Amino acid sequence: MMGPNSEKRKGLLGWLDHRLGLYKPMKDAAEHPTPANNASWFYVFGSAATVLLMLQVVTGILLGLIYSPTASNAWGSLQLLNHSIPLGWYIRALHGWGSNFMVAIVLIHLVQVFLFGSYKYPRELTWMVGVVLLLLTLGMAFTGQVLRFDQDAYWGLGIGASIMSRVPWIGGSLVHLLLGGPIIGEATLTRFFDLHVFIIPGILLGGVAVHIWMTLRHGVSEWPMPGRIVSKETYEREYHELTEKTGIPFVPDAAWKDAVFAVAIVLAVMACAFYFGPIGPSGPPDPTIIQTAPKPDAPFLWLFSLLSLLPPELETPFILIAPVLAIGAMLLLPVVAAEGERHWARRPIAVLSVSVIAVVFGLLTHYGSTTPWSPVMDAWSSDPIPVAYLHDRTPLELRGAVVLQYKQCRDCHALGGVGGKRGPALDTIATRMTEDQIIRQVLQGGGNMPAYGNSLNPSETKALVKFLLTLRGENQPRAVDASRDVGVKPPVNPRPHK
Amino acid sequence: MSEEPQKSQQAEPKMTDGGQAAALHSRRAFLFKLSVAMNAAVGAVLAVPLVGYLLGPVTKREPGDWIDLGNLNEFPVGQTRLASFRSPVERLGDGETAKVACWVRRVAEKQVQVFAVNCAHLGCPVRWFEQSKLFLCPCHGGAYYADGSRASGPPERGLFEYRVRLTDSSLYIHAGDMPTLATEASCGKKPLVQIERTAEADGDTEGASA
Repeated sequence: MMGPNSEKRKGLLGWLDHRLGLYKPMKDAAEHPTPANNASWFYVFGSAATVLLMLQVVTGILLGLIYSPTASNAWGSLQLLNHSIPLGWYIRALHGWGSNFMVAIVLIHLVQVFLFGSYKYPRELTWMVGVVLLLLTLGMAFTGQVLRFDQDAYWGLGIGASIMSRVPWIGGSLVHLLLGGPIIGEATLTRFFDLHVFIIPGILLGGVAVHIWMTLRHGVSEWPMPGRIVSKETYEREYHELTEKTGIPFVPDAAWKDAVFAVAIVLAVMACAFYFGPIGPSGPPDPTIIQTAPKPDAPFLWLFSLLSLLPPELETPFILIAPVLAIGAMLLLPVVAAEGERHWARRPIAVLSVSVIAVVFGLLTHYGSTTPWSPVMDAWSSDPIPVAYLHDRTPLELRGAVVLQYKQCRDCHALGGVGGKRGPALDTIATRMTEDQIIRQVLQGGGNMPAYGNSLNPSETKALVKFLLTLRGENQPRAVDASRDVGVKPPVNPRPHK
Repeated sequence: MSEEPQKSQQAEPKMTDGGQAAALHSRRAFLFKLSVAMNAAVGAVLAVPLVGYLLGPVTKREPGDWIDLGNLNEFPVGQTRLASFRSPVERLGDGETAKVACWVRRVAEKQVQVFAVNCAHLGCPVRWFEQSKLFLCPCHGGAYYADGSRASGPPERGLFEYRVRLTDSSLYIHAGDMPTLATEASCGKKPLVQIERTAEADGDTEGASA
């Protein structure tokens, strides 16, 4: 049909296609029949991720017109974009929010494909490439955060280097490779610029092409049905029959939903960019400004939490081994579970896994944004002791309250809900610990509390402990050392008494 | 009839053409394989400088240098103060990232400890709290005592310490690599793991409570 006479039929377009020869293969790919039951709103996330990738490419190229990838100028060029270049703030906002949306949509896409069992035969490799695409997306998010080159980026690089330094034997070399030299500086920024602008996008675009090619080759998976078992012998024939029986052209019968969702997601990015504005930059990357509490972007808050909640002795093995196991498990999943049930109702372990992982990541992200483990550095000087805790106290106890405040106990211990949350709140400490126990804990520390023996003199200690002993709710008894009575006077009757 | 010999005549050279073609094909296939092998060889040779360039930061170690932190009088005995300097391994374009901060603790007239601000856990900048005599890290809550030893939290060891040299009036430290667990070469040696280290603290505690 697409012979030489198509040139006459279609004028300029026909002339072009006679040379290009792309019209028919593209038309065939777009209109390929797909089972009617997968024209669903659950099947729109992959195309949405691709649309967001295009948005990131376009906005990224626009930012590249102004951005200066040098350690001395990068932060300044972002200020220029935010404040002086017409609409520079909006392009930065689009790129930043587009990144957040892309990570979220890629994750949702992955969860949907997992719960629908779409990774099974013959789409194993499509899943594996998808896992790599997720890692590359996270890589883009991380390197993009570095290019912001503010305080958070600077200290985030320090964290990355510190993690690398924990690798046995080659840790030092890895640190130098990561930083491009002995310190975080120009060479560090330019290598992350290379990664963010050339290397990862190149692999990402190629990977997306392979991913979509395989999706076309094997067709979009049909809607899973309980009891419909995937078997390597029969699946492709069954899928082919289903497509012949119920097939609808992908464009436009199924693709209109993708298109509607793409519009919605791009509008959402535009709205977030407009209302919330560009993300950062925070303070300049000056390492001598140490009044900072560095925090990663949203996609990495869970990691930030994990690194502070792991027991110290587990940390190095965990951060070196767990990623290998997790990525390996994700890559091997379709090999191990290539056949069998696809429907979530018949795969309780899959549903349970997703639920548990989602709750764990959700909680870690929540803690990452509230950082209860970090001392509140200014609580001692900015949060007064609740007045009720100072009523009817002796002068010694009041002196103890001053010691508590002055010695920065509040940085880690809350009173009346205000203060650090690294240690337990002290509002009812006297109901839990005896005088001796409090003295021991304050002076010797332990259980993740530093020892204060060096920074408190005996009179300060005495006053502090006396004040702490007043901290208990009304009508709540003081903690007593049950063993003390037993040791001092032998019980009259054999039953222990109160 | 007259066409018969013609055909056979035509067929005859065809046969030899076929033989020649097969020979040509075999020769071309050989030449192609040979040229692929030559490309591989040239590629391997070319890869040496490319990889060498990439590994430059590993193969060329910067030894660091001694840095003047200023007059000793700026650091009163018994106090811990923040000092800053420009890294001796600074390069073109580093800008303000070449600035380095450190904590200087003047223990006695002729005894000084200089700590890196980088937490031994994951490198965040620790802050000194004079009143409670602790270094606290804002990231994950690591805490260190005044002498740099680990107090609590996730760090596996005490603060990184620079090598110190005192002259009559000046304080010098040896700086180079950003201090991490693996690149503390320019810093003073410290035992790597001191998680269970409480003996010293206990001893001090007894002294204080006595």
